[in-house]
Amino acid sequence: MQEIVTFDNVGLRYGTGKEVLSDISFTLYPGSFYFLTGNSGAGKTSLLKLLYLAQRPSRGLIKLFGTDAVTLTRDRMPGFRRRIGVVFQDFRLVPHLSAYDNIALPLRVSGMSEKDLDAPVREMLDWVGLADRASARPATLSGGEQQRVAIARAVISRPEILVADEPTGNVDPEMALRLLKLFESMNALGTTVVVATHDVHLLARIPEAHMMRLFRGKLADPTGVLRHPPKPEARNPDDVLPSFPPKDASDYFRQGPDGS
Amino acid sequence: MLGFFGISRAERRLIPDTRLAGPMPWVIAIMIFLTILAVAAGLSLRSGASAINAQLSGRVTVQILAGDSDARDEQLAAVERALDASPLVARRDTLSDEELQQLLTPWLGGDILDDAITVPAMIDVDIAGPMTTQTLQELRNLIVAVSPDARLDPHGQWLQPIFDLLLSLQFLALFLVILLSVATAAIVVLTVRGALNTHGPTIGVMHLLGSTDVQVARLFQRRVALDALFGSLLGSGLAALALYLLSRQIDGLGAGLLDSGQLDWLDLLVLVLVPLSGIILATIVARLTVVIALRKTL
Ligand SMILES: Nc1ncnc2c1ncn2[C@@H]1O[C@H](COP(=O)(O)OP(=O)(O)OP(=O)(O)O)[C@@H](O)[C@H]1O
Ligand SMILES: [Mg+2]
Repeated sequence: MQEIVTFDNVGLRYGTGKEVLSDISFTLYPGSFYFLTGNSGAGKTSLLKLLYLAQRPSRGLIKLFGTDAVTLTRDRMPGFRRRIGVVFQDFRLVPHLSAYDNIALPLRVSGMSEKDLDAPVREMLDWVGLADRASARPATLSGGEQQRVAIARAVISRPEILVADEPTGNVDPEMALRLLKLFESMNALGTTVVVATHDVHLLARIPEAHMMRLFRGKLADPTGVLRHPPKPEARNPDDVLPSFPPKDASDYFRQGPDGS
Repeated sequence: MLGFFGISRAERRLIPDTRLAGPMPWVIAIMIFLTILAVAAGLSLRSGASAINAQLSGRVTVQILAGDSDARDEQLAAVERALDASPLVARRDTLSDEELQQLLTPWLGGDILDDAITVPAMIDVDIAGPMTTQTLQELRNLIVAVSPDARLDPHGQWLQPIFDLLLSLQFLALFLVILLSVATAAIVVLTVRGALNTHGPTIGVMHLLGSTDVQVARLFQRRVALDALFGSLLGSGLAALALYLLSRQIDGLGAGLLDSGQLDWLDLLVLVLVPLSGIILATIVARLTVVIALRKTL
């Protein structure tokens, strides 16, 4: 299967600081589901930023949709970004726009007519349970409600890749499951999903998902299997992820890259 | 033009319309007002200069001063013959007694053409071809040969410094127009940069959702265009009022040189172009400012 994302020996430093990501190499295949875990500050958001083209790497090679993304020219960026849906860790809702307008934004950016976008936007609002808050501004929504708007905005244009940074951080377990179901159904429709999360319960919910774990800016991958997850056809979750889901979640996060 | 400004109501909501809140429309109104006055001044100086030039610069007045009227008439006839024979002369026009009287009455009083004083004879001569010192010298030789008492009075000679002055003033007007345009562009750049800062987070999100720079620029250039439209209308209205009042005052002065500085319809067209260019300039500067600022981001 053709890979959709390839990172090869990627490093990232902000300004002149030390590298927050180093030697990152992995491949994502279309239609697969990936979890990205790691301690706070391990570099999850930084890695996702590279993926959704909000940041250029300091070194290494990134290929997106078969194209070198590091040397991508400015005028080609929008086209690539429209193929990637993003749930930002801090939501990034536009404060002066209603929930409805925030969710409609990607469709408007891609030039869809008002007539065509009304139905999908209402459907999304319904899906995330905010049909009655359509005209509310983000500031008047609760944290969890804002998060759901952010998720609706990320998935509405049916992107080829969905990147979600802590998408369930502010919702109750029930809503978290609902949202995960949404990601799963997107995934079933062919979207490649990458979810960064601390939530171990979430990891257990999708046993066929691949796991990537960051530890201090490096992909922790003692077996070498996670770094280049096998192509979906060949995969057998029980073989590939022997210790997944982890018996004891707190142990899991304490482990170093070499399993120590 | 429609693609330039035609954006949907939903797109408009992205950048909340704080139109007319800032000082930009008022500054643009002042700029347009001053620019129209500067352009009007320049145009009327130009048309004045060319009118004077056409009427006077190729013209020489010959005065024949003689002791008594018989000698005067004799010399006048001789000079007329010499002028008629010369290829230098395109046209000559001897002032009649009535014309002379009209010319002199304000200075000398009513009935001077009674024989008490011998009035000089005057001939207006239009030179064929360009006026040079050489043609003037040849003309002088020609006339003095038949009339030793004749005096030549070339108009161009005393007009030249005036022409130079008018030309300098026109350049000054042009310079003012350029300065005002630069100042207008500067206020647009400052305003748009401020707005870009204010709306930075929104623009960042739009980018990550796949907005192009041009999509973002359209939001700002539309707002600036509307501000500039308001400013231009206000500035042009004030300038039109000022020009109307000035032209009324000039009409009140009666004829004279000021009359030749009148603006024709082509000049008025140029004046109408001033606010239009102002709007276009502001809009283009806004677009460039946004696109250049965004180019620095990823
Ligand atoms: N814009 C930035 N400038 C400088 N340093 C940064 C910037 N963003 C992140 N960092 C640093 O990079 C490291 C990784 O941060 P990152 O946000 O990627 O972690 P994370 O895994 O997403 O953490 P969390 O789980 O808390 O969200 C941290 O040490 C952080 O201080
Ligand atoms: Mg993070």
